[in-house]
Amino acid sequence: MAIAVHNLTKYYGSERAVNNISFEARTGEILGFLGPNGAGKTTTMKIITCYMPPSAGTVEVNGFNIAEHSLDVRRKIGYLPELNPLYLDMNVLEYLDYSARLHGMDRPAIAGRMREMVDVCGLGDVRHKDIGELSKGYRQRVGLAQAMIHDPEILILDEPTSGLDPNQIVEIRKLIRQLGSAKTVILSTHILSEVQATCDRVVIINDGSIVADGTPVQLQQQFRGSELITLEAHAQIADAEREMASKLHALSHVEAVHYQGGENSVYRFEVHAAKGNDIREALFRLAVAEGWVLLELSRKGTSLEEVFHALTKAEGEGK
Amino acid sequence: MRALSSYKNIAPIFRKELRSYFNSAVAYVVIVVFLGIVGWFHSNALFLANVASLRLMFEIVPAVFLFVIPAVTMRLLSEEWKAGTVELLLTKPLHDAEIIIGKFLAAWALVGLALAPTLVYYATLAYLGDIDNGPVIGGYAGLLLMAGVYVAIGLFASSLTENQVVAFILGFVMVFGLYMLDKTLIYIPSWLNTTVEFIGIDSHFRNIARGVVDSRNVIYFVSVLGFMLYLSVLSLERRKW
Repeated sequence: MAIAVHNLTKYYGSERAVNNISFEARTGEILGFLGPNGAGKTTTMKIITCYMPPSAGTVEVNGFNIAEHSLDVRRKIGYLPELNPLYLDMNVLEYLDYSARLHGMDRPAIAGRMREMVDVCGLGDVRHKDIGELSKGYRQRVGLAQAMIHDPEILILDEPTSGLDPNQIVEIRKLIRQLGSAKTVILSTHILSEVQATCDRVVIINDGSIVADGTPVQLQQQFRGSELITLEAHAQIADAEREMASKLHALSHVEAVHYQGGENSVYRFEVHAAKGNDIREALFRLAVAEGWVLLELSRKGTSLEEVFHALTKAEGEGK
Repeated sequence: MRALSSYKNIAPIFRKELRSYFNSAVAYVVIVVFLGIVGWFHSNALFLANVASLRLMFEIVPAVFLFVIPAVTMRLLSEEWKAGTVELLLTKPLHDAEIIIGKFLAAWALVGLALAPTLVYYATLAYLGDIDNGPVIGGYAGLLLMAGVYVAIGLFASSLTENQVVAFILGFVMVFGLYMLDKTLIYIPSWLNTTVEFIGIDSHFRNIARGVVDSRNVIYFVSVLGFMLYLSVLSLERRKW
C-alpha cells in the first residue's frame, strides 16, 4: 500500500474540515480525489505531504508515518499544490535546479534529470524564460516537472488542470496518465470527466467525509438508478405517438415512457426501465416487428456525474 | 553527517535568495544607496572637517542599517506566504530551521557585500594618513554583528505577514526600538538604566567599535540573533496551528 490514510480528522479552529476519513492508494494506481470545493480535498493533501499535521489520525506513505518520519515521507512525494504556486522571477531551468537541490539531488544526477523533465513536460522552448512570462499551460507543466524532478514514487497533484483551456487539459491529462503508469498518483479535482478520463479509482469526499470509494465503473453500477434509453424512430402510422407509446409501455421492465416530440413522422421517446435491465435489444425487436425505422437508440446509463450530484447534493443545498 | 546534510539543504536556499537579490534591482539599489549615503558623510568629514577617521562612518552606518536592512529582508518570507510557494518549500525534505538559516545568511551576505566597498574609504585614509587599525577592525566586526541582528529581526518581521510593506514597517519599528533604547535612558528610572542599556544594541556596538572585544558584547549579539531566528522558525510553524 503506497498511501494509507487512517481515521484522519482536521479542525481549523472549531471548524471541522476533514472528518475521520480513511482510504488507501495502491502502488501504481491513479487515485482521483473528487469532491465539491471546500470538501476537504486540499486539507487532506496538505496533511499527506506533511505541510500541516492532522488533528487526529495518521497517514503512512510507503510505510513511513507522517508524524514520525516526516522527512522520509517528503522525500518520496512530489507535490503540486493547489493553484500551482511558482517563483515567477526564476527561469524554468533555475527553478527545476532549485527544486532538485532542495530534494538533495547531486549535481551530475540533476543535469540529466532536468533534461528528461524538460523533454517529458514539453518545456524545451521555454526553458530559459522566466516563469512569470509563461502561459498558464506552461506554468502547469513547470509545476508538474518540479513535482517529478526527484523521480518520486508518489505524486500528489491538487487540481492539476484547474484554469487550463480544454486543449491544455487534454495534454496535461495525457501527461499524468503517461507518468502515472510508473507511479502512485493522487489527484484532486471537482471535474468529473477528469476522473473518468484519468483515474483508476475514485474517492468521493463531501463535507469532510468519504461518501464513495471504488473504480469509476463500480461507482456507476453501485449508484445506478433506473435505465434511461432514448429512442428515435420513423413510423408511417396513424396516431403514431400514442400508438408507439403504448407499444413501448407494453414491453417488460419498462416503467415509464415519455414522448419528447416529433415531426415529419419522426418520433422521439425517453424510455425508463427498471434498474439493471438493458432493454435495447427488446426495443430493437419491437421496432423491427412494427416496421419502425430506428434512427437513434441510446442508453444514458447513470453517469459518474449523476452519482456525484446524488452524493454531494445535500451539501450543495445546505450552502 | 547531520551537518553535511544541513549544508546541502541550506546552500541552495542561500544561493537562490542571493541570486534573486541580484536578478531584481534590490542588490544594486542597496549597494548604491549605502555607498552614496556613507560616502557623502565620509567626504564631508574628510574635506570639510579635515578629520582622517572612520569614526563618523561607524556612527552613520547603524542609522542607515535601520531602514536599509528591513528593506532587504522584507520579502524573504512574506513573498513566500503570499505566492503560496511556502507550501512547496515546507513540503521539501528540509528542516524549518534550514530554510530560515539559508534566507538569513543570504540577506546578511548582501549587507556584507554592500559594506565591502566602503573599505575604499578606509584605503584612502590609510593612504593619506596614519590610521589606528584597532577601531577599524572593531568597527567592521561590530557593523557585521549589528547587521546580523537586524537581518534576523527583519526576517522575523517578514515571517509574520504576507504583506511586504507591513513586513518592512514591522522590521523598521523593531530595529529602531532596539537602536533607540539606550537613548531613552534619561526618561526612565535610574535603577532600570543598566538593564535597558544592556538590552539596547547601541552600547554593545560602541564597545566593539572602540576596538575592545568584550565577550559580553559578542554574547549579546549572538544571543539576540539566535533568539530572533528561533522566533522565525516558530513563526513558520504557525501553519500547523
